[in-house]
Amino acid sequence: MIAVIDYGVGNLFSLSSALRYLGLESRITRDAKEIEKADRVILPGVGAFGDAMQKLQSTGLVPVLRAEAQKKPLLGICLGMQLLFDKSYEYGEHKGLGLIGGEVVPLGPYLADPALKVPHMGWNALHLCRPQEPLFRYISEGECVYYVHSFYARNCRESTLATSEYGIAVTGAVKNGLVYGTQFHPEKSGETGLRLLKAFAEM
Amino acid sequence: MITKRIIPCLDVKNGRVVKGVNFEGLKDMADPVELARRYNAAGADELVFYDITASAEGRTLFTDILKKVAAEIFIPLTVGGGIRTLQDFDRVLKCGADKVSVNSGAIENPGLIAEAAQKYGDQCVVLSCDVKRVGGQFRVFAKGGRVDTGLDALEWIETCVKHGAGEVCLNSIDTDGVRGGFDLAMLDAVAARVKVPIIASGGAGKMQDFAELFRHKGIDAGLAAGIFHTKAVQIPDLKAYLRAQGIEMRL
Repeated sequence: MIAVIDYGVGNLFSLSSALRYLGLESRITRDAKEIEKADRVILPGVGAFGDAMQKLQSTGLVPVLRAEAQKKPLLGICLGMQLLFDKSYEYGEHKGLGLIGGEVVPLGPYLADPALKVPHMGWNALHLCRPQEPLFRYISEGECVYYVHSFYARNCRESTLATSEYGIAVTGAVKNGLVYGTQFHPEKSGETGLRLLKAFAEM
Repeated sequence: MITKRIIPCLDVKNGRVVKGVNFEGLKDMADPVELARRYNAAGADELVFYDITASAEGRTLFTDILKKVAAEIFIPLTVGGGIRTLQDFDRVLKCGADKVSVNSGAIENPGLIAEAAQKYGDQCVVLSCDVKRVGGQFRVFAKGGRVDTGLDALEWIETCVKHGAGEVCLNSIDTDGVRGGFDLAMLDAVAARVKVPIIASGGAGKMQDFAELFRHKGIDAGLAAGIFHTKAVQIPDLKAYLRAQGIEMRL
């Protein structure tokens, strides 16, 4: 069973639909026991970092997530991925979960080309830095995935699994131990995204 | 690099997809769920649904359709039509929409965009704007293109983007349904004023129209309805053609 963490951030309709479509059992939950029982955890998220981190803390699940991340695969999606990092500079400075080394910074100042828009929104090709990674079992170099974000993770070269080119190499997917994250939305990335979720469920 | 997007648009009335010319003379075209499946399989980058029904029953039918589509099609879905309040945003987002497009609702209540952007994020709020030339000025029209609001389109769009509209869908009433090409002059004028992604709508008739569109700076997506519904232009052919023209496409 996959536990999808419900902490009042974002819309879980598509993610749970995608898991159901793949025939995977999932539960949207904020119950520590259920999360402990699950064999996979997904941390979704849309919105602002500070607000999301505060909401996550108020559920009391932060220690649970830290403990479970040592035992079973955990996947953070979009803002959920950003929360895995040490800290973020989205409207101030906020501490993250610290499960992956690195920080989240505004994309705008790093884009040399003024024609590039922020948010980075739309389909972009994945460059697989580690093609052998089990998460990419069903994915090939150059497949497109769907991004919507204005901040991105940097100083995380050791944990970067994939990037997408947007004037700079935008961190697309990361991994540290059993902790995974994707900046893009696999649940909105068509067949490619479904194949990635399938690989996550199988590894 | 980020790809240009091809977006089929489904105007849904009382549970069926319809299509008009210059915003008038609606014709029944297809079942929305079937059509959404077809476009997804064909490689559409995003789907836009406009709910153009007026009745409450029609609205319920529409949310059912949306849920059905969102349960099996995993690409971004934008929903518009009759969005006037934050409750309307909530209703369609809970049915699986990723972005919500506001048009007349923002004209009636100029605070709507700012409130929605604050609650759901800029990326969730699409300003849809129906524009027509009146005496040499680009003028905003409301109520499905029927009412001249007197608003200057360029000023209006700029204001809405300042308030948090994360994307602009620009519908040219002058070129809608005529299939003579996109309204490039209008699009250029808007692209020069705002930095958010722009979706061009109205006028696509053939594959070359899209190639010409994407040669214009600042245009991120091309939206069309009729030519895709009738298969006059097939999405896989269009995307292959555009890729061959050197335009970034997701194939």
